[in-house]
Amino acid sequence: MTANRGQGATTETRTDSSTESVTERVAGSPGVDDAVIESRDLKVFYGDDQALQGIDMEIPEKQVTALIGPSGCGKSTYLRSINRMNDLIDVARVEGDLYFHGKNVYDDDVDPVALRRKVGMVFQKPNPFPKSIFDNVAYGLRVQGKDDGDVEGKVRQALERAALLDEVEDQLDSSGLDLSGGQQQRLCIARAIATDPEVVLMDEPASALDPVATSKIEDLVEELSRNYTVVIVTHNMQQAARISDKTAVFLTGGHLAEFDDTSKIFENPESQRVEDYITGKFG
Amino acid sequence: MSGADRTVNISNGNSEVNDRTSSIVKYVFFSCALVTVLTTLAIILVLVQGSFVFFREVSIVEYFTGTDWSPVIRPRSYGVLPLIWGTLVITLGSALIALPVGTATAIYLSEYADPDVRKVIKPTLEILAGIPTIVYGFFALSFITPLIQRVFPETGTFNAAAGAIVVGVMIIPMVSSLSEDAMSSVPDDLRNAAYGLGATKFEVSTNVVVPSALSGIIASYILALSRAIGETMAVTLAVGMSPQITANPLESMQTMTAYMVQIGISDVSIGSIGYQSLFAVGLTLFAMTLAMNLFSLWIKSRYREEYQ
Repeated sequence: MTANRGQGATTETRTDSSTESVTERVAGSPGVDDAVIESRDLKVFYGDDQALQGIDMEIPEKQVTALIGPSGCGKSTYLRSINRMNDLIDVARVEGDLYFHGKNVYDDDVDPVALRRKVGMVFQKPNPFPKSIFDNVAYGLRVQGKDDGDVEGKVRQALERAALLDEVEDQLDSSGLDLSGGQQQRLCIARAIATDPEVVLMDEPASALDPVATSKIEDLVEELSRNYTVVIVTHNMQQAARISDKTAVFLTGGHLAEFDDTSKIFENPESQRVEDYITGKFG
Repeated sequence: MSGADRTVNISNGNSEVNDRTSSIVKYVFFSCALVTVLTTLAIILVLVQGSFVFFREVSIVEYFTGTDWSPVIRPRSYGVLPLIWGTLVITLGSALIALPVGTATAIYLSEYADPDVRKVIKPTLEILAGIPTIVYGFFALSFITPLIQRVFPETGTFNAAAGAIVVGVMIIPMVSSLSEDAMSSVPDDLRNAAYGLGATKFEVSTNVVVPSALSGIIASYILALSRAIGETMAVTLAVGMSPQITANPLESMQTMTAYMVQIGISDVSIGSIGYQSLFAVGLTLFAMTLAMNLFSLWIKSRYREEYQ
């Protein structure tokens, strides 16, 4: 399962200027054979600031991969580079490669709109549209032209999978904004999975929620990984330990310090800095 | 208990002076605010009083149902409908131009424009809004009307079409600037949600941004329309002074405002029925724009930022 013990990522990325280092793996990177997403020397800049320092990572199919690290470490930037949401930021610039099923999503012939239909996203703050619960979930189906068949069935199924159907079954016509924060976030998850994407990206989906709502989201994430590849950013290490199969630890400055099975990261990390971070010595 | 010996002085030592200064400041500001309130009240009072005199002579039923307006020239008649008709034609005609163009401009500026392009277009729109309306009227008379006449040779020198077009252009900046404010204040969270679902920029603009900003957009429409209703100099110049109810926009008409200009600069004697009609028409106009503005306020509070 684990292979290629290497040096710390800090030194790894320093040597990255030579292209052959692209084939090397980050410290502790497990040999993922069923990778859906692979990044090679991925760098993101905001204006003159470099937010990601040449990230090499492979994200396995139908598992939960957690991205953790202190604020400003680039974990959200990495997440948003997967579905090219960084395109929407004027000053953002991406270098390097990110493959989705072997296709570089930064190739010129890739339509980010088409990519985002395969790679859904849930955001930090619940952001339902000011529309009815039903229309929120059906929105993706409509823009993707998947609203010809049984829309109601698809909406109900998505709500069911998001563990929300029981609570809202009688009020599908009322506004999504009338729900509680936790319900709104599950509505956003239902909206993201209604169109049946392959990958669901989650950017700290529980950080704005209370503990009860958080634990519902966590249960849901584990459940989702049966059908979807889930990549989740969290600043909550216990949460990463509870719900993820693989964990990537980013450290300040946009370095990927270590990427491995979650149990390995939390029980016996390779690098001292990761151990310090996990045990709360900084960050 | 240990804190008791560390006394902190937070009393207002020379309180009398402080009290006096702050109450003087308060009254200065209050009297400034009072100026606008009193002016509004005075205007309403004058209009109501003048109208009262007018309606002692003229039946209110004739005023609101008559289709002939000739308070100065015999045979006299006092049906205000031709003036209201002229105002409506100009208002609706200008809306036909300003609402679509203004909304599209706002969408462009808020969602599509590069920052550099924005930097040019926004000030240009503001300049458009700053041009004196008499200049617009002259522009209609000397440029738009000849243009229309080339297509429809029967078009009169004064015609409603040129007036509607020029007022439409005049209120575009109002629609675009207020609508753009409303669209820009739609949180990016909502745009991201739609982009994340694979929506195109056009879809994000039309089915997320516009509906979320709808209250602001509608408010901008209503304010622009009430501006069109009240517009005076441009329509006096472009549309002329022929109060008549006609469906042909190539003919001259007269708006309520243009009539007030006509009486204002004419030699009707004070106290005559023609003079008094000024107040009745003014009050009618005031009631119309007031109703529009109140409606706009209601729309705004009704649908206020429901996405937050």
